[in-house]
Amino acid sequence: MSKKRPKLKPTTLVELPKETVGVYRPPRQQVFRDHRRFGFSNIVLVLVILFLFMPLFVVITYSFNASKGMRWTGFSLQWYYKLFFESRQLWRAFLNSFIIAITSSVVATILGSLAAIGIKWYRFKSRSYIQVISFLPMVLPEVIIGISMLIFFSAVKIPLGMFSIFVAHTTFNLPFVLLLVSARLDEFDFSIIEAARDLGATERQSLTKVVIPSIAPALLSSMLMAITMSLEDFVITFFVAGPGSTTLPLYVYSMIRYGVSPVVNALSLVLVLGIMVIALTFRRFLKTIAASS
Amino acid sequence: MLGGDGKRLKGFDVKVENVSRAFGDFKALDDVSIEIKRGEFFSLLGPSGCGKTTLLRIIAGFDNPDSGSVLLDGKNILHLPPEKRPVNTVFQSYALFPHLSTYENIAFPLRLKKIGEKELDAKVQEYLHLVQLEGHETKKPSMLSGGQRQRVAIARALINEPNVLLLDEPLSALDAKLRQNLLVELDHLHDQIGVTFIYVTHDQSEALSVSDRIAVMNHGKVLQIGEPFEIYENPATDFVARFIGETNLFPAVVRKCVPLHDYFLTTLYIEELESEILVTDYDNLPVGQHVSFTVRPEKMKITTDKPTHVSKDINLFRGIIEEPIYSGFQSKYYVLLDNGTIMKVIQQHANYMDEGPEIEWKEQVYVSWSAEDGYIVEVVDS
Repeated sequence: MSKKRPKLKPTTLVELPKETVGVYRPPRQQVFRDHRRFGFSNIVLVLVILFLFMPLFVVITYSFNASKGMRWTGFSLQWYYKLFFESRQLWRAFLNSFIIAITSSVVATILGSLAAIGIKWYRFKSRSYIQVISFLPMVLPEVIIGISMLIFFSAVKIPLGMFSIFVAHTTFNLPFVLLLVSARLDEFDFSIIEAARDLGATERQSLTKVVIPSIAPALLSSMLMAITMSLEDFVITFFVAGPGSTTLPLYVYSMIRYGVSPVVNALSLVLVLGIMVIALTFRRFLKTIAASS
Repeated sequence: MLGGDGKRLKGFDVKVENVSRAFGDFKALDDVSIEIKRGEFFSLLGPSGCGKTTLLRIIAGFDNPDSGSVLLDGKNILHLPPEKRPVNTVFQSYALFPHLSTYENIAFPLRLKKIGEKELDAKVQEYLHLVQLEGHETKKPSMLSGGQRQRVAIARALINEPNVLLLDEPLSALDAKLRQNLLVELDHLHDQIGVTFIYVTHDQSEALSVSDRIAVMNHGKVLQIGEPFEIYENPATDFVARFIGETNLFPAVVRKCVPLHDYFLTTLYIEELESEILVTDYDNLPVGQHVSFTVRPEKMKITTDKPTHVSKDINLFRGIIEEPIYSGFQSKYYVLLDNGTIMKVIQQHANYMDEGPEIEWKEQVYVSWSAEDGYIVEVVDS
C-alpha cells in the first residue's frame, strides 16, 4: 500500500559548542516594583502606620510626664511608682482578668476542639445546623450577647461575679476555637489514627499520643486567641460583672471616668511590653511546631 | 538493594473463611475464602471497589465482617482489637505521624511497649539500616521524599516484628520509575525477613512481578487464585482475562473436538470473525457448547506478506492496520480484519532488522497464531 522507508543508519553524534553545554537557568522573574521614595503606596503605608501607632506613642510618652494633664513638664517615673506600689485595686482587677482569661480559654479550647472533632468526624443529622448556630456568637453584636447573658443569668439565678464572667467568656471564645480547630482537622489524615491502633496503641493512647499532638498547633493558637479576647473584652463583661469581680478593662474604664489618670498610661506600656514578650516567645514556639507538621 | 543483616521473622498462615461484608445494599465482600501460606507474598488484585481493601481492613482489625472468620496460625482473630493482632499495616497514604521525626515514627510501637532506651535505640538503628534511612533520623515526614516516607512506613510496620505484613497499595502515590525500584526492594525485603506479605493493588503488572500467588477479585468475589503465570496464561473468567494484561476475547461455539496426544484439538466457530478457528484444550467439549475464547496480542504474529508455508493448526486472518502504536521495544497494532472486527496484536522489536516498526497505517497485513496459543477461558452455560 504505502512506500517502505529505507532503514537509516544511526547518525554520528556531533559535539555541541561549549557555551551551550551547562545547566539551564530560567530567567529571573521580573516583578513590577515602585522604586520611587515618595510613591503613592509608600505614602499610604506611612500614614496607616502613623494612624495605628500614634495614639500608643502619645500614651507612652505621657506616662513619663512629671505632671497630670496634656502639658509636658518634665521626665518622671512617678506614675510607674504609683502603678506598682499604690494601685492595689488595679492589680486586684488584673488578677481577676488573668484568672478568667486562663480558665475560660482552657475550657473553651477543650470544649471547642471536642465540638470540632464531633462535627468533623461524626455524621449526624443536625450536624450542619449545629455548625451554623455555633458561629452565631461571632457575628452577633456584643451588646446583644451581653444583655442576653445578663437575662439568662438572672433567670437561672446565677449570681453575677467571677463565675458568670467565666461562663460568658467561655461562650464567646468557643466559636473561634471551633473555627481554628476545624480548619486544622480539614487536613487531618484519618489513617494515622488507624496506624496508631495498628502499631499497638489503645484508643486512649492514640488520642493522647497521636491526635492531640498533631493538632497541637491549632489548639495552642486558638487558646492564645481566646486568652487575648478574654483579657480585652469590655462590653460583655460590663453586663455580667458583679461586685468584687471587676476585670482590668472595667477598672481602667472606671478610672478614666474621673479624668485620665497617667497611671493608665504607665499601665499601657507595661501591658504592651508584657504582650510583646509573650508574643515573641510563642511565635518562635509556634514556628517550631508548624515546621513539624 | 536492601542490604543488612535483617533477621528472619516468623510468618503466619492466614485463612479467610466465608467472609461477607455489606455496606447497606453494597456487597463489599461476598462469601470470600482464601488460604494464604506462611511466608508467602500474596496479592489481592482487582479494580477499585472490588473489596480488596475491605478484606485487608478486616484482617487488620479496622472493620468487622458480617459473617465468616479469619484465622491466623489456626487461631480466630476477629474478636481481637487491632492493637492486639500480630499484624501490621503499611498504609496507602503512609499515615506517618506528622509531629514525630523519622526516628520517633519508627520507635513509636516500641515506646508504647515501654522498652528500655538502649534496647530501643539498637532496634530502631537496625530497622533504619534495613530500609536505608540512616542520616534521616531527625527529619520530619514533611521533609522526606515520597520514597523515603514509604520506607519509614515499612520500617515502622516491621519493627513490631509482626507475623503478617499488610500493604495497602503502598506504591500508588509514587511515580512509575520509583515504583519499579521500590517494588524490587519490597521483594528483597520479603525474602530477607520471611514474614507473610499480603499486598493489595489494582495494578496487575505490580502483582504479576512480585507475588508468589495472586487472588483476582471483582464485585466482592474471588474469581481466581493462582501463581502469576497461571493467572496470565490460564485466566479462569472473562474478567480475569481482560483485567490481567491485554487480550482479544470472543464468544464462540464448539464445532468439533478431536483428540490429539493428551489434549483435544477443538474447532470453534466465532461469529464476530465469521470463521472457524483451531484451539487446543484439555476438555472434551460437546459440539454446540458456548464458550469464550481468548488469544493474547503478543502471541500473535503480524506480517505484510502472506505466509507461504502454513501448518494446519495455524489461524490466519487478513486485515489492514487501523492504528499502529510504536513504543520503542514493541509496537501495538489495532488490525481491522476483513470482516470488520478489530484485533490487537503486539510485536516485540527484538532485532533492528525485524519487520514491524515500519508497518504503517492502512497497510495490509496478515495476522496469525497457532492453535496452542489460543485459550478457552470459560464454558458459558446457555
